[in-house]
Amino acid sequence: MKKLIAMLLALVMVLGLAACGGKTEAPAETKAAAAPAETQAADAPAAAGRVYYLNFKPEADAAWQELAAIYTAQTGVEVKVVTAAGGNYSDTLNAEMAKSDAPTLFQCGNAQGLADWNDYCLDFTGTKVLDEMTTSDFNLVDDTGAVKCIGYCYEAFGIIVNKALLEKAGHSLDEIKDFASLKAVADDIHARAAELGFDAFSAAGLDGSSSWRFSGHLANMPLYYEFRDDGVTKQPATITGAYLDNFRNIWDLYITDSATPAASLATSTGDMSEAEFGEGKAVFYQNGTWEFANLVTDDTKNFHMNPDDLAMIPIYCGVDGEEKAGLACGTENCWAVNAKASQEDIDATLDFIYWVVTSDEGTKMMAEQFGPIPFKNAKESENVFFNDANAYMANGNYTVTWAFNHTPNVDSWRATVVTALNDYSVAPSDATWAKVVEAFVDGWAYEYNMAQG
Amino acid sequence: MAKMKKEVNLVQRPIRKFAPVFILPTFLAFIIGFVWPFIQGIYLSFCNFNTPQDAQWVGLANYAKVFADPGFLNAFKNTAAFAIVSIILINVLAFTIAYALTQKMRGSNLFRTVFFMPNLIGGVVLGYIWSMIFDGILSKYGTYLTANGTYGFWGLVILVAWQQIGYMMIIYIAGLQAVPEDMLEAAKIDGATGCQTLFKVIIPNVMPSITTCTFLTLTNSFKMFDQNMALTGGLPSIMSNGGKINVTELLALNIYSTYNINKKWHGVAQAKAVVFFILVAVLAIAQQAATRSKEVQQ
Repeated sequence: MKKLIAMLLALVMVLGLAACGGKTEAPAETKAAAAPAETQAADAPAAAGRVYYLNFKPEADAAWQELAAIYTAQTGVEVKVVTAAGGNYSDTLNAEMAKSDAPTLFQCGNAQGLADWNDYCLDFTGTKVLDEMTTSDFNLVDDTGAVKCIGYCYEAFGIIVNKALLEKAGHSLDEIKDFASLKAVADDIHARAAELGFDAFSAAGLDGSSSWRFSGHLANMPLYYEFRDDGVTKQPATITGAYLDNFRNIWDLYITDSATPAASLATSTGDMSEAEFGEGKAVFYQNGTWEFANLVTDDTKNFHMNPDDLAMIPIYCGVDGEEKAGLACGTENCWAVNAKASQEDIDATLDFIYWVVTSDEGTKMMAEQFGPIPFKNAKESENVFFNDANAYMANGNYTVTWAFNHTPNVDSWRATVVTALNDYSVAPSDATWAKVVEAFVDGWAYEYNMAQG
Repeated sequence: MAKMKKEVNLVQRPIRKFAPVFILPTFLAFIIGFVWPFIQGIYLSFCNFNTPQDAQWVGLANYAKVFADPGFLNAFKNTAAFAIVSIILINVLAFTIAYALTQKMRGSNLFRTVFFMPNLIGGVVLGYIWSMIFDGILSKYGTYLTANGTYGFWGLVILVAWQQIGYMMIIYIAGLQAVPEDMLEAAKIDGATGCQTLFKVIIPNVMPSITTCTFLTLTNSFKMFDQNMALTGGLPSIMSNGGKINVTELLALNIYSTYNINKKWHGVAQAKAVVFFILVAVLAIAQQAATRSKEVQQ
């Protein structure tokens, strides 16, 4: 009897396992059944492969999912879009690439990314999508001259200005031509902050959610001018920090002409700074073109600023000739196609991105999400910051390129700069500034050596 | 008697027979999820790799780099200091609270529940919450948590003590309740003072709980990762003697950040992980042996 029960138990368990197996098979079957129907609908480029896009911009996830669904409906090609959680892109990429079902399309945005993933990056030379591009400025090219990553959009950063508040304080944008005039305006607003009800700069927060604006973007200014003088085009092993006094100028301005006390900068977040500007408590806010949606259209943020009140000006820091500066334009948004994917998948992926940058649906989404894209069929953008960026270029101002893309071990380098900036902000002195210089210059050399292995 | 024994066998025999069938699924999961990655991990520590598929054998080069890294040595010192402080603090406090709560007092069940509750919150969440608490307090004094290594270190100690004391307390309560009443009574009759009872009767009898709790706090301290990452993330990060140190980084976080430098460091991080494993294993075994020997047989 007991033996029978045990046998029964074992039998039940084996059946249970079989049932589990059956369940996992079920979706596969339905997929297989649906596939022929889909391919029938596809008269256009009926590729046998599939597309797996590992997206790194969480804010664009919904738009990509929608676009993928449209493409699948039109062509029958399966497009899977997975978005890495904010800040986790490189971990996710590492994990996903190790799988047999690896991404066919991914982002590889700077020299370090290309160095890490070069083996996995397909050479775009001769592809249809490359012919559609209007500029090669944002592409990444490896040592052999092969185009490995294409910049599918660009971004610009600078100082965002609330023109309405500026006028209320009795100033206008025309006054600001260089660092001296910016400082004069900011100092005046800060001095009258209590009376005006707003201050000059929103908090230069050094919390992790905000510090990249300074250790990354603001630090780009001294790096850019140094590299321009020295003709640096590749990642240098060392830097001199020749323009760090200018960095100190602008940083002093940020932390002095602001309502936030320096000691609380370490815990001041990006959202706090954004809200300060969005709610009209600060005239200046250093950030980029991507902020347009947050400040103007995003209902969850609820700032709903008037686009006509907004402008973006270059970050002035007291460098000779900077009145001819434009905005800092560049990109880390570069597509790479997985060269280790099957040929069908590679073809399907190339077809997909070609469609994204040429079709009506694709270019519309790209314009909405990423602004003007460097492709022939690009649609106009409503983003006033891009119009400012273009206006500076049209006026013949020099574009400040993204020199920080050369930063070795970027996260580690920035962490040390942020630590030093924090110490300096709490107790500004030449001694604490020396630590910032050390983090900048010695930190660069150290990280460069680390990156070489 | 003999008949009974036979009956037991009648029940057990078929179960024994089918034991492999019952064990198989878990065993397979264990192989796939633990044994195989462990072996592969050791293999990868001798390789340069980006993804495990393109591993290239480099011998002991990764291990040489591990011991040349000032960040790793700093993390080791931090971890050792953290382990010592937290083992003492957590166990002393947990035992004290357990001792207090096994005395007959009103609401002791409520207290036990409340003290245990911090355990139910995940480490990352705790890290972020406590970083806000510490920063909130420190901002009153014009400073912040990542201003220096001392704040970060003691912040982590407080956080982890707060989280783990309740858990260890439960283990100690179970141990204290198992101390035979007659022994305590005998001690009382013999005229032992409270102190003597505690050190000569109670503590030797709860030695198994002390073994368990010190083992748990030791391994927990060495494996500490989420709280460390969420509380300070290893910051502040400073240059020192041409090298770079994340002042409040513990070993596990150091391994993680090494891996994230770039693909040339994946193998080094893997080697650190192997060193780390050996270290934790040796310490844990040594500690077990040391405290086990002090346990009394009842």
